[in-house]
Amino acid sequence: MSVLILGATSRIAQRLAHHYARDGHAVFVAARDADEAERIASDVRVREGVQAESAAFDALDFDGHSRFLDAVEARVGPIEVAVLAFGFMGDQDAAQADFAQARRIIDVNYTGAVSICEGLSTRMVERGAGSIVGLASVAGDRGRQSNYLYGSAKGAFALYLQGLRNRLFKQNVNVLTVKLGFVDTRMTFGMQTGIPIADPDVVARAIRDAQRRGADTMYYPRFWAGIMGVIRSVPETIFKRLSL
Amino acid sequence: MERWAQQELWGWGRYPRVEALAARPERVAEAQAALKDRAGQSVLAHGLGRSYGDAALISNGRVILTRRLDRMLDFDPATGWLRCEAGVSILDMVETFLPRGFFPPVVPGTQFVTVGGAIANDIHGKNHHVDGTFCDHVRRMEILTATGEIVSCGPDLEPDLFWATVGGLGLTGVILTVEVKLAPVQSPYIDGESIRVENLDQFFQISAESGDFTHTVTWIDCVTRGKQLGRGIFMRGRHADASAEPPGELMGKVTDGLSPLLDVPVDGPGWLLNKATIKLFNAAYFRKHPKGKQSGVQHYAPFFFPLDFVRNWNRIYGARGFLQYQVVVPPDPDQRAIRAILDEITRAGMGSFLAVIKEFGDQVHGGLSFPAPGVTLALDFANYGKPLLDLLDRLDAIVVEAGGRVYLGKDARLGKADFRKMYPQWEAWRETRDKWDPDHVFQSDLGRRLGLSGAGS
Repeated sequence: MSVLILGATSRIAQRLAHHYARDGHAVFVAARDADEAERIASDVRVREGVQAESAAFDALDFDGHSRFLDAVEARVGPIEVAVLAFGFMGDQDAAQADFAQARRIIDVNYTGAVSICEGLSTRMVERGAGSIVGLASVAGDRGRQSNYLYGSAKGAFALYLQGLRNRLFKQNVNVLTVKLGFVDTRMTFGMQTGIPIADPDVVARAIRDAQRRGADTMYYPRFWAGIMGVIRSVPETIFKRLSL
Repeated sequence: MERWAQQELWGWGRYPRVEALAARPERVAEAQAALKDRAGQSVLAHGLGRSYGDAALISNGRVILTRRLDRMLDFDPATGWLRCEAGVSILDMVETFLPRGFFPPVVPGTQFVTVGGAIANDIHGKNHHVDGTFCDHVRRMEILTATGEIVSCGPDLEPDLFWATVGGLGLTGVILTVEVKLAPVQSPYIDGESIRVENLDQFFQISAESGDFTHTVTWIDCVTRGKQLGRGIFMRGRHADASAEPPGELMGKVTDGLSPLLDVPVDGPGWLLNKATIKLFNAAYFRKHPKGKQSGVQHYAPFFFPLDFVRNWNRIYGARGFLQYQVVVPPDPDQRAIRAILDEITRAGMGSFLAVIKEFGDQVHGGLSFPAPGVTLALDFANYGKPLLDLLDRLDAIVVEAGGRVYLGKDARLGKADFRKMYPQWEAWRETRDKWDPDHVFQSDLGRRLGLSGAGS
């Protein structure tokens, strides 16, 4: 059984690759930067002693996604678990001024994610087995002026995963939606959060565990479910006046 | 997302502390981009922050944190050669390769150092008299140099850059990848002996008789004067063979997973380590060991990394921090310099909580590399301020007089003039450094103080 990790250059994704490899799975790591993906695969091979392969993956190359999945399965066999860890934060202000940037945010985080998920679903339904893990975001739980382009794309992705889960449930394919709070990654480096920041390795283990037990959604660290519950419950008439 | 973030940094001694802009690249390209994006400021790589003083610190500059550049790239089980990124730690190596019968060729007293730091400080271990320094087992490095170019070097390729980087304290560039040869071992255990030595003469006698042991180190009581000057516990051992009986269940469990058992979560109160408690500790430690010799099989972790079991042990010194003073002096049958140093310390009434002594082998790397033939002595002092700094100046004079030197990876206060006497090859080293970095992109507070790079040079 093999595990595909897309967007492998994120620290969380790298740690996930190691946890799955340690469980004995062959892993395939892919990222936009093929050289980096190969370094990550090497690290998995050397440390965990399992098969680890790599390739370039472009979320925006919708037409190539099916071929990409064929190539992956030709090298590591049927994909049992697929993790979508890629994303593009972009720059909200720049994207407001230039729709090409806004579109890139939407296309990487939503269109590209949907495209690859559709390909994965087809294959997994055929085999009647599989698991899809999508890294959505707490930013998708409520639109905020500071990052609503990214947030809306991630929110749409979460909604898509919800529908996909509903559709694939009877086919024995599990879909897990992951919403992460602050994790110690390059995105949060140097941020004064005022809220405890999670270690990527601990986060990765929690994701792997949730996937294994067939969970549907997870917030991590868990208290983020509470934080987002509060944020979602603020009436819109008040929320629109806040500067979050 | 911002690349640079303001951070307060310090070495293991927690003195001094400086503010700097830091970047934490997770890919090679990000390290290159950070160097380019330094806005005209000087730069220094910073690993796990285990050098003690200001070797890995830079004021009014930028640090590139290397700990996320920690991928292992290739390993050949037939030869033991490992190619990895410089942010890989000794702990990573042990965890990954000990189950396969390999151990890092040289380890310092803690596992929490990066490979890059091991090279930049040209670290030595308990096996220096047999295996030399860490860099004796390195054949290739890739270094991000001042121009932004990544240069491959080794003893046979751009050797000047290689040897200037060995012990070069990060002042030649950012070490990115390393090829190091791991040593084959048959078990995770150390077959060892500990011997109570009653004075300095006995230490040297036992040391001379320990040629059969690959690893030696001695804790000494540096508070006691007179006939018992230099009394201590001599430890010697070697990697056990496959037939070694594992020690009791408890030790196996204790060291399994290597996670620290204890933590010092807050600073100790300033009075915790004073003359009286240090004297008590040293006497108790000495007396705990019965007279004569004890032998047995021991797990490698307490043998190599006894202090790693207490996370943040450096905090027992309190907020003031501490200074470590390590020197090597050339062989001398009368051990005049060592005696003079121990005398001077006891006279000053500033006991060292932990003191360690060892005889080095003959390997010398030149440049700023520390190890040299002779005997090395390492002392910890709470940061008593000026009286301590004055004492260390007096010790420097003894060391210079004896033709010895101070370990720069532990230093926070050495003066430029004494440094130049201790490292007579400094000028040739600086010439090479300047050749690779004429604009002094790479600087550190230690480098500025000693005139190695930047304003003071």
